[in-house]
Amino acid sequence: MSPSRSPPKNPVLKTREPTVPPGLRSRAALRLTAAACEGRLELQRCRACSAFQYPPREACTQCLSTRLEWTECDGVGELISETILHHSNEPYFRERVPLRVGLVRLDVGVTIVAHVDGACAPAPARIRLAAHLDKSGQAALVAHPPEGPTDMTTSQTHRDMTCDPRGRKILVTDGKSETGEALVKAFIAAGADKVWAGVAEPWKDATAIDKLAQLEGVTTVPLDVTDARSVEALSGLIGGKVDILVNNAEFHRHKPVGARGVETARAEMDVNYLGLLRLIESFGPALKFRAADGPNGACAWVNILSVYALSALPSQATFTASKAAAFAASQALRADMMGVGIRVMNVFPGPIDDAWNQTVPPPKLAPSALAAAVVASLKAGVEDVYPGDVAQDILARWRESAKVLERELADQ
Amino acid sequence: MSPVSASYNGVVVVAPVTIPYRRYAQHDAHWFLAKAVAGLRDAAGLATDDIDGLAVSSFTLFPDTAVGLTQHLGLTPRFLEHVPMGGASAVVQLRRAARAVQAGDASIVACVAGDTNRVDSFRQNLANFSRFARDAVYPVGAGGPNASFALLTAYYMRVYGAKAADFGKLCVAQRDNAQTYPYALIRKPLTLDEYLTARLVADPLRLFDCVMPCAGAEGFLVMREQDARGRGLPFARILGSIERHNAYPEDPIQMRGGWAMDRDDLYAQAGVGPADMDFLQAYDDYPVITVMQLEDLGFCPKGEGADFVRRNSFTAKGSLPLNTSGGQLSAGQAGAAGGHLGMVEAIRQLTRQTLSAPIPDARIGLVSGFGMINYDRGICTGAAILAASEA
Ligand SMILES: [Zn+2]
Repeated sequence: MSPSRSPPKNPVLKTREPTVPPGLRSRAALRLTAAACEGRLELQRCRACSAFQYPPREACTQCLSTRLEWTECDGVGELISETILHHSNEPYFRERVPLRVGLVRLDVGVTIVAHVDGACAPAPARIRLAAHLDKSGQAALVAHPPEGPTDMTTSQTHRDMTCDPRGRKILVTDGKSETGEALVKAFIAAGADKVWAGVAEPWKDATAIDKLAQLEGVTTVPLDVTDARSVEALSGLIGGKVDILVNNAEFHRHKPVGARGVETARAEMDVNYLGLLRLIESFGPALKFRAADGPNGACAWVNILSVYALSALPSQATFTASKAAAFAASQALRADMMGVGIRVMNVFPGPIDDAWNQTVPPPKLAPSALAAAVVASLKAGVEDVYPGDVAQDILARWRESAKVLERELADQ
Repeated sequence: MSPVSASYNGVVVVAPVTIPYRRYAQHDAHWFLAKAVAGLRDAAGLATDDIDGLAVSSFTLFPDTAVGLTQHLGLTPRFLEHVPMGGASAVVQLRRAARAVQAGDASIVACVAGDTNRVDSFRQNLANFSRFARDAVYPVGAGGPNASFALLTAYYMRVYGAKAADFGKLCVAQRDNAQTYPYALIRKPLTLDEYLTARLVADPLRLFDCVMPCAGAEGFLVMREQDARGRGLPFARILGSIERHNAYPEDPIQMRGGWAMDRDDLYAQAGVGPADMDFLQAYDDYPVITVMQLEDLGFCPKGEGADFVRRNSFTAKGSLPLNTSGGQLSAGQAGAAGGHLGMVEAIRQLTRQTLSAPIPDARIGLVSGFGMINYDRGICTGAAILAASEA
């Protein structure tokens, strides 16, 4: 069943209130979620005897060692038994029965109670288990066919784990920037129902704006994220229709500290940080209200940040500071949106191959590659995206030692 | 094989008490447990202070435990057990109490279990049942026993060729038994056809496969044989008992319980075998677990449970009388008292104090308990062989 655009809304009907699956987890179990946020399945493993185990524990069931680590797992195993639940005591699942649930035995020797993808053959069947995020923002383990997830739309529960742009209405801020244009095109190609491209200064770059507006399904709208009235005005027009908001607006200069850069810093903060706050104030409430509005309801908020939000790049001190500020705000936004099941997805690219990074040596991330990563990540339903080689490299080094990375970035 | 446990000679069980079940209740668990303790006192003609030992099982007593209950009820026992083992609690209470009485740590132990059932309490209990349930079952929508037993039943049917009608036969037989038991919440006669066509709850489980949670309590007393005789109380003897927790953790899915590990010890203690049993009171919140007990307690080989079901009638006057007060599937599941239902019924049968139809000449019977689906399987198992006083 392929989701299509939703019928016009009946104004007399009550908007359904969002429910989310149970989100309470032990501290150990949150490690499963942490990996799922990046689309990985990790399981607990004993350092002493190498045994895998599940559910997460404080000690090894084989040898009682407390030296446990989290290891990536391919999820290959067998669906050994399954059921279709026709009843649930939990409101979220009550709205979604019948529900296919199974008992999976992974080849690494653990038994897992999991959601079962409708594409899986009946038990007994070979499967591949993957970790997704459910509407509560926690890891949800799903058994897929051996070739992996093919279609996450076989049930509403699975569709809830993704934020597929197909059939959805999407607002992209600063739509006429190089990344903005790439995002708009990628969403149209991915089957979005409608894309609004926010344009800050409609009198500039008239050709670029015209080109955008001529794309099928795209409407340009006036939006200046540095102007609260502009943001509020647009929210009044389309706030109740946006399913996915992509904040792509960015002000980017290369300034170290101590280089008479306070005005630049102020401008960067005004777009990159305060702009996000203005969007949250105007669009946040409407998005939350529509979190359960039909199968294609509001589902995601995407922030294009920078991998240097994790650790500052001294040569672009003020820019990376504004991205770090936006990152902090996004985490607060996520905590708020989690209660209704809206996913806040943060994208942490390395240098983008655009006009502002002209002098930065390669490798750089093409705007189209950034856009492709955003679409793929929405479909996969992950929460943190590090697209491209530089982002992956910085992330790995940051995980290894944030302090070593700080020293290494000092002379870049 | 592990060494055979010491005998329970000189210790007996008396005073089967049931606090009538109801679907929902406004009272707290404390109310039902108070009724049970008072019921035991009155049934045995005791003064409250004569009860110097207490064993308690309850899910809805929270935030209290057996400790809080002593002050709540004004009891001052010198032996106190909180047994949070769900459907295995009755057997475990019996074992703890019997050893305490044997050792002189208590003279008369009241073993009680009970729960209330508020409109929303079942869901609340499920959500907080265990850490593994909270982390790894409840979030998948598979919280509660329906999903767990559906997965076990589907697997058992596929691997051993059991049919829905085999499970249905057990449910129908138990419903027949419930006809004469006044406290059974569901006594409407059940036909196999009604069983097979009832609405699906969790494939392959249909409505009459699933236990109905309710409020209520059960209790019995454990004391020295000489004290029971002195007070003129009809009693049953304990011929043997076992318990086991987290058996066979390496099995990918639960197809056997701890009974299989310990049944040789059980029968060696009692000096009898499964063929000598005049009845079986099995834990029966879902019929698949009854079939598993038939196999693991040695009534038939593993995998032949369905065939055994086809060959027996399970009614009070038929072959291998099973759950003669209707079992939980007809009486209801009063929370942690689920396993006490069979224990109390066994004592009634062996002391000729039945409320349900008496089993002709019942002399020796087996009571089995199963509890706590902590994650993907039941953790606690137990069983006891009881005998009539003259046996
Ligand atoms: Zn180990």
